[in-house]
Amino acid sequence: MPSEQKLGSAIVDTVFANMVSSQNESSLLSSEGDSQRTQYPYVTGTSVIGIKYKDGILMAADMGGSYGSTIRYKSVERLKQVGKHSLIGASGEISDFQEILRYLDELILHDSMWDDGNSLGPKEVHNYLTRVLYNRRNKFDPLWNSLVLGGVKNGQKYLGSVSMIGVHFEDDHVATGFGNHLARPILREEWREDLTFEEGVKLLEKCMRNLLYRDRSAVNKLQIAKITEEGLTISQPYSLKTFWNFAAFKNPTVGAEGSW
Amino acid sequence: MSSIGTGYDLSVTTFSPDGRVFQIEYAAKAVDNSGTVVGIKCKDGIVIGVEKLIASKMMLPGSNRRIHSVHRHSGMGVAGLAADGRQIVARAKSEAHNYESTYGEPIPIKELADRVASYVHLCTLYWWLRPFGSGVILGGYDRDGPQLYMVEPSGVSYRYFGAAIGKGRQAAKTEIEKLKLSELTCRQGVIEVAKIIYGVHDEAKDKTFELEMSWVCDESNRQHQKVPEALLEEAKAAAKAALEEMDAD
Repeated sequence: MPSEQKLGSAIVDTVFANMVSSQNESSLLSSEGDSQRTQYPYVTGTSVIGIKYKDGILMAADMGGSYGSTIRYKSVERLKQVGKHSLIGASGEISDFQEILRYLDELILHDSMWDDGNSLGPKEVHNYLTRVLYNRRNKFDPLWNSLVLGGVKNGQKYLGSVSMIGVHFEDDHVATGFGNHLARPILREEWREDLTFEEGVKLLEKCMRNLLYRDRSAVNKLQIAKITEEGLTISQPYSLKTFWNFAAFKNPTVGAEGSW
Repeated sequence: MSSIGTGYDLSVTTFSPDGRVFQIEYAAKAVDNSGTVVGIKCKDGIVIGVEKLIASKMMLPGSNRRIHSVHRHSGMGVAGLAADGRQIVARAKSEAHNYESTYGEPIPIKELADRVASYVHLCTLYWWLRPFGSGVILGGYDRDGPQLYMVEPSGVSYRYFGAAIGKGRQAAKTEIEKLKLSELTCRQGVIEVAKIIYGVHDEAKDKTFELEMSWVCDESNRQHQKVPEALLEEAKAAAKAALEEMDAD
């Protein structure tokens, strides 16, 4: 891409370059001919955590959209409904997430227009997302997201995740980004098959609080979503209480007087 | 046959001396020979009903759908050649999708009707394309409220508050005109459409039929969907009862 040229001539040149490249190059090399490079993410969301509980799936994500090291947006909804049975949570590039939501909207619409008494469940949506992300990765033009996909269909709970290169997992608890390092160890210790809704929320809040202390791109405004056979609810945004009442903080320079 | 073309009817790009394009008229005959499709606009939405003539006893009930959703807020009932109708529906879905992709809002029904009509008309302009042998009744609910359009094989499209195509259209139109549509809710409209379709079905000439109905209304959250089972059964029962009453006279 002639990034150093002005917009007007860039458009003409891109058209001309595409014409030339399509004539000269075989389709195997066309991705290099369009000079695709792995992009950089601009506005990103941080971790998403998902757990199975007694009645379904619980998912938590904060509402931050970081622009590099600045926390630029503080009301980004990163948990969204997909059709009747599924819930998606996204971390990574927010604009790519919006594009994924468009694809999913089209998918769900076409599925519902069949009007055949069937509707896409979480397993199917997860598979679709994996295919989309993997194929984009193969073209060196990834959608820069890590997604968590959970839902309940016909009594069956399903929870999975998929990364920007198409690596996908299905498990009782999943997380993206820092959540993998900070939340999942907690979940490995404390997750149980028969968590009640209240216990599940407490567990998620424990993980989110840990992320809030340690992840620089976390913001203290989160949503928790619940999906069961009956339906889906995404909570209103709220904040967690934090605790700074540690002895070491009260007397920070003990053992090293004169330092700060 | 009202008037034979004799030479002026071989191509859709030929006018007859009295200014008719016979191929388009013949295409309309395909629609006239198919099962009746009725659409009405009630005060809170649209109801579409189809008299699905059953070709073979081997067919499963509920198969061969004649009413298709075009988008969340709109649907079409098709009459005439089924395969041609499928093409029209596919094109309408595509147009609706493109519009929403570009403009960010669901396609206004007027715009959708325009685009479908243009497409149907397109196929009457070239000698190497034949006209569609099907007509559609398009109903939808947008910002301007519920609207009903009909598109004919000639590419003509008008907005209606009541429309019918197919075998029993004359009788159906007479029945629709008797209704006070501005006072009917869709719930009541469903019953009326069922009565009309049962009424115009010719027991003697035709085989059995299956009634297929859909609506877009406030009650369905402005989504196009099949009329719920319970209401459909209620409508069929009322229609059969009304028929028996007529026979008893």
